[in-house]
Amino acid sequence: MKLNVNGVDYSVEVEPRKTLADTLREDCGLTGTHLGCEHGVCGACTIVMDGSPVRSCLLFAVQCEGAAIETVEGLARGGELHPLQQAFWDHHGLQCGFCTPGFLMLAKGALAENPDLTGDALREVLSSNLCRCTGYQNIVRAVEDAAARMRS
Amino acid sequence: MSYIGRSVRRLEDPPLLTGKAQFVADLVFPGEVAMRVVRSQVASGRILGLELEQARQLPGVAAVWSANDVDLPPIGFRMSDVGGLERYRQPVLATGYVRYVGEPVAVVLAENAYLAEDAADLVWVEIEELEPALDATRPGTFLPGLSAEAALIEKGYGDIGAAMARSQHVIELELAVGRHTGVPLETRGAIGVWDGDILRMYGAAKVPHYNRLAIAGMLGLAPEKVHLHESHVGGGFGIRGELYPEDVLVCAAARRLGRPVRWIEDRREHLTAANHSRDQVHRVKVGFDDQGFILVIDDEFWQDQGAYVRTHAATVSDLTAAMLPGPYLIPAYRARGHIVLTNKTPAGTYRSPGRYEGTFVRERIIDGVAARLGLDPTEVRRVNLIPEDRIPFQRGVDALGTEVTYDSGRYHDLLDRVLRHLDYPTLRRDLEGRRAAGEMVGFGLAYFVEKSGLGPFDEVRVEVDTEGRVEVITGAASLGQGVETSIAQICAEELGVAIESVRVTHGQTDRIGRGMGAFATRVTVMTGSATAMAAASVRNKALRIAADLLEASPADLRMEDGRVFVEGSREGPSLTLADLAMAVAPGSAGVERHGPGLVATEEFLADHMTYPYGIHAAVVVVDPATAGCKVLRYLVGYDVGRAVNPMLVEGQLVGGVAQGIGGALLEEFHYDEAGQPLSASFMDYLLPTAAEIPAVELVLREDAPSPLNPLGVKGAGEGGINAAGAAIAAAVDDALGLPMAVARLPISPERLHQLLNS
Repeated sequence: MKLNVNGVDYSVEVEPRKTLADTLREDCGLTGTHLGCEHGVCGACTIVMDGSPVRSCLLFAVQCEGAAIETVEGLARGGELHPLQQAFWDHHGLQCGFCTPGFLMLAKGALAENPDLTGDALREVLSSNLCRCTGYQNIVRAVEDAAARMRS
Repeated sequence: MSYIGRSVRRLEDPPLLTGKAQFVADLVFPGEVAMRVVRSQVASGRILGLELEQARQLPGVAAVWSANDVDLPPIGFRMSDVGGLERYRQPVLATGYVRYVGEPVAVVLAENAYLAEDAADLVWVEIEELEPALDATRPGTFLPGLSAEAALIEKGYGDIGAAMARSQHVIELELAVGRHTGVPLETRGAIGVWDGDILRMYGAAKVPHYNRLAIAGMLGLAPEKVHLHESHVGGGFGIRGELYPEDVLVCAAARRLGRPVRWIEDRREHLTAANHSRDQVHRVKVGFDDQGFILVIDDEFWQDQGAYVRTHAATVSDLTAAMLPGPYLIPAYRARGHIVLTNKTPAGTYRSPGRYEGTFVRERIIDGVAARLGLDPTEVRRVNLIPEDRIPFQRGVDALGTEVTYDSGRYHDLLDRVLRHLDYPTLRRDLEGRRAAGEMVGFGLAYFVEKSGLGPFDEVRVEVDTEGRVEVITGAASLGQGVETSIAQICAEELGVAIESVRVTHGQTDRIGRGMGAFATRVTVMTGSATAMAAASVRNKALRIAADLLEASPADLRMEDGRVFVEGSREGPSLTLADLAMAVAPGSAGVERHGPGLVATEEFLADHMTYPYGIHAAVVVVDPATAGCKVLRYLVGYDVGRAVNPMLVEGQLVGGVAQGIGGALLEEFHYDEAGQPLSASFMDYLLPTAAEIPAVELVLREDAPSPLNPLGVKGAGEGGINAAGAAIAAAVDDALGLPMAVARLPISPERLHQLLNS
């Protein structure tokens, strides 16, 4: 089957039971998508599919043929970080960094749906994913800052 | 340029932000096989037989082994071996008995992880079930003739009986902290690779050098033939990086199969197989006078160790007993801690081990004294705090084999600052007003002393290459806390170079012969100090070489931004670090006079820990309709001695607070009466999310630098979590209007419902 990831077509041969997350990591070589729980709670595997943030551990790869998939590897343009990546760096929005790709893709998808997301509504969206290091404060700050940069 | 004290952005971040960082699961080795662990589904039982053949027959399976097929000793103790614990060690694969749900019984090695899991389902273990032990306060037997109480830890000073007799008031409390653990977002993982001569294990963390020695010993290899490699690590919090059965198994299997062996834990395994922690019951008797001054604390506690004594041995109980008196004078003190085996997942340390529990107990005591006497709890704290003129203060007990001496501290001053920041009288009035209007809001505060900088040594090598780039090589480890950045800051400052030219190499046993790793909030203190010393040595060597070349005295030279010039003539002739490294490179003329390489190795030694301290304060609201509790406001006051990077210190504190709130309100491992774990997924073991954690206010102070190290630093890793349970318990009491209602953490909706209806 073919998977379109970050605008590139990958030809992969996978068992029907193979998850999208495992396929991205093992067959496309895109290991920026992480697996933290494999039951859809932690969100470390969050990617953007057809514009919306989804859990790649809860999808089979065979369900995703024809979809436009975006992963963390597609965020930066050339050497330039995406505003979300830049803001996470500036605001110390990561420590171990394991959850970071998932948060970046969650925020990207959420801001695409609502560029004005802020305050409690933003916290509510970010509560979709788990981080064990930062206490979330700097993640919230980073996303608010990036959202402002992206709006202007 | 000065780097120490500046909130520079982290050097670690670019690969982590772009998906390029390599965690252990991201590494691929040609020809690798996947390992799947078959785990006990029974909490307690005798193994009658194992049926492995069916799994062995499955196409793509390379091997299936039980304890009968491997010859490996049990896992030993890294710390706090108090003697008599050997028989409680965990075998690498279950031998004779299974003792907890999740215990490794067999391993399957197959072409990929999916196949290995299929084959694991075909392994049949016949077990005669036995009655599980689930209550640590009632120890049974571990084996016939061997008590389930593995050790009794006793610490104290003063005449308990006389102090109790002198006390005008005595209270007795029973207090408990539930079973929590670190739960890093990245599960564990290990890859063993054997090249016929050298064995390498990837996925190391926390203590690579210790584990190298342990693995070499268990496999009968010379330590020089074993190397451990740390990649990016997705959080540790005490539990990751300790030596576990799976680490030994991938190494043994790689050697036996001659192929790389990969094991990546899944989350269910993690929650039943990686170390648990906390889970203590304390029964404490306290004597005090009319002013609330505490004359004596007599504590007895039971630590639910789970099924085996793992690498930490008696560490948690040792620290509980040693650190419980905290920042108060407490003229007489006794603690007796029972380490008791049960049929739960084995326990070890989790961030602020023994202090999260001990602070909960001690601060509940203070609140209990205040309630009994009708005093303001902050006043009772003030009455008991160790005054500044008594510091350095000898606690009268030891911790982790070192004498506890509070090296510096201004305890009353920090309390004053925190109460001023809160505008305490106004806050109290506001909350009373809200309560009068029917809202169940409350305030709680807790004081604590932390420890950091455990020795005995740390060694650092600083090397400058012929392009002027600086490498700091250390046996410390990075679990995500920002080690590379803070160590690079110290090196750049001492050496007088730009931070961008400094690279920090950690967790690689083939790069430096020894190292202590990252635990006990030790890296900034120990590795940071060794880095400052090694960088200073390199700078001195650079100045000596430059003095020759510039025909000046070293004392007249100055190094700045990676250039050496004569003091006062910045525009005159100068040499770069690259020039100076070149001057002593192999084959260069300077080698004879100065020795080869612009390089230095230094060690920093410490036989005492350094003691930071702080205060947590919380405002909570209880919703009587849902029995839910929300933290509205949270403050941490903390004296870190000196902050190398305030942004990172704040990150450590805020992250710790979130974990502490989790332990206070959400997180707990439950078991049913058969010993089945009921919290083996993220649907049941609840980590706090962004919705539960408020913005944390910080009063970060540098009023009491440590006199024990050249930088004056103390650690920040555990101050954010230490007193969270204690502060929230007090705030919930206040919200309910029921003094001392909270006797157990976490304050789950179920427990809150009981309190609301009591």
